[in-house]
Amino acid sequence: SSQVVWDMLGNRQFCSYKITTKTQNFCRNEYNLTGLCNRSSCPLANSQYATIREEKGRCYLYMKTIERAAFPRRLWERVLLSKNYEKALEEIDENLIYWPRFIRHKCKQRFTKITQYLIRIRKLTLKRQRKLVPLRRKIERRENRREEKALIAAQLDNAIEKELLERLKQDTYGDIYNFPIHAFDKALQQQDAESESESDAEKEEEDDEDMDKREFVEADDSDFSDFEDMDKLETSSEEEQEDEEEVEKKASHSRSKGKMPLKGPARRKRPYIEIEYEEETEPTTKTKAA
Amino acid sequence: AGGGSSGPRGSAAEDGGPPAPERVLFPPTFSVSEIKNKQRRHFMFLRWKQQQRKEKLAAKKKRRKEREALGDKAPPKAIPKTIENQREYDETIVDPNDEEVAFDEATDEFAPYFNRQTVPKILITTSDRPRGRTVRFCEQLSTVIPNSHVYYRRGLALKRIIPQCIARDFTDLMVINEDRKIPNGLVISHLPDGPTAHFRMSSVRLRKEIKRRGKEPTEHIPEVILNNFTTRLGHSVGRMFASLFPHDPQFIGRQVATFHNQRDYIFFRFHRYIFKSEKKVGIQELGPRFTLKLRSLQKGTFDSKFGEYEWIHKRREMDTSRRKFHL
Repeated sequence: SSQVVWDMLGNRQFCSYKITTKTQNFCRNEYNLTGLCNRSSCPLANSQYATIREEKGRCYLYMKTIERAAFPRRLWERVLLSKNYEKALEEIDENLIYWPRFIRHKCKQRFTKITQYLIRIRKLTLKRQRKLVPLRRKIERRENRREEKALIAAQLDNAIEKELLERLKQDTYGDIYNFPIHAFDKALQQQDAESESESDAEKEEEDDEDMDKREFVEADDSDFSDFEDMDKLETSSEEEQEDEEEVEKKASHSRSKGKMPLKGPARRKRPYIEIEYEEETEPTTKTKAA
Repeated sequence: AGGGSSGPRGSAAEDGGPPAPERVLFPPTFSVSEIKNKQRRHFMFLRWKQQQRKEKLAAKKKRRKEREALGDKAPPKAIPKTIENQREYDETIVDPNDEEVAFDEATDEFAPYFNRQTVPKILITTSDRPRGRTVRFCEQLSTVIPNSHVYYRRGLALKRIIPQCIARDFTDLMVINEDRKIPNGLVISHLPDGPTAHFRMSSVRLRKEIKRRGKEPTEHIPEVILNNFTTRLGHSVGRMFASLFPHDPQFIGRQVATFHNQRDYIFFRFHRYIFKSEKKVGIQELGPRFTLKLRSLQKGTFDSKFGEYEWIHKRREMDTSRRKFHL
């Protein structure tokens, strides 16, 4: 009758354990020895059948005989195999003595494969396990959005530039850069801020004086007025002596800077150039017009 | 009654057509969302929106006129509210003059670095089997951080690596974790028994992907800028970043590495700067860039099972408010 079963299930009608693919048929039955759907490996179509299955790391030999075909509950007989590989092979042999060669051979092959993968599992668990953490889409999206907004709020370039200018002001760079007047300007502005009430009116007067000086006289008189301020300054005397000449021009510029801070370098150049040109070219234009 | 004179067109339920009836009466507690007809409801909503906008514009104009009318005596402009302004008060924000904090910092694991007893030496590695992008990122990172070495992981366990590193005088270990061919995590471990910080890394840009970049970074030691690390936690993380770089920057190199913290995201940038005048500086981005978000800070060296965590980001507790930040 196993032939009948095979005719029905294996070839013609539906078997729920059978999986067909383009090249091969597989059998999903847990008691199948090879995993393929064949006449000789179908556990339903063979009344004398044996398999190896492993549970929790121990291997068992399952056997099915014709005598118990009527008792489904007692159909499969289970034998625990020893942990020793060779001993287990001998046990398989002695249990399946007088059984068809095919089943014996396949059982031993399957047992070998199972022991190999059990060894591998044990080795892997000792090594580092990679832990997979699932990403949560909503949270990922939220974090990305927040990161973009934080980036915009950060204004990194401005922050870095500001910090670098601060460091320059605090003189962390020492004498590398040729902007010593920077410290002067800042100190001057601080001084001006401190003595606001006094110097408001004076400032304007001094500005006018400086403007005049810039036009006509560049060396002598300006020294004295600047000396007053240089005494107030807290900078070192060395710098004062070194940069006197530069300072006189640029200290006056700093006061004008108080009025028009943004046009510092331009402001420096324009008074010189413009005023000179006007003085020189005016007579010529007048003569031409006349 | 509110609507007073009603014209020929009377009440709420009427023609559904686009020509808007001018004087339409609605019962006072009527809201647009009660209309069942979707087209009509949409139309009424748009109209309501337009009205709101008009009112807002009118109010703005009025305020501006008043302001101009007052001239100098006008009250100063109100400061717009930003998230940074509205940040929830955090009691662990460090006061610059705090003695306790100063004492803690003098005795914590970074004290030998800040006392100049140790020179930083960094080991950069990745997770198993890094892909090309991660490898290139590691190389670029090692050019940015002076005195750093890149080693391949080859499946070694971190717990075994760490004693070897300590034996060879490394001060810091950086592990870049990779997922789907892009780096997405960073573990910085300060070695002789120091804290371990685990970050989530995002928006990694390699050097060739940065637009308008400068040339290669040179071997000069860069300066370090740490912005906005205000709380105690932020302070310790900031010190950890600072301890990656050697103490005395070479100003000749004009390179600066910036760690900028904004709303708990730490942006790393590497620039070359030049002072054009005493008030203007130009910066040019070299080097890779990435953003970090702190996930956990652990007291000892890397130990995921038995370590003592100083701080872990717990989403349910800590992400409840939009204005609460921890760094």
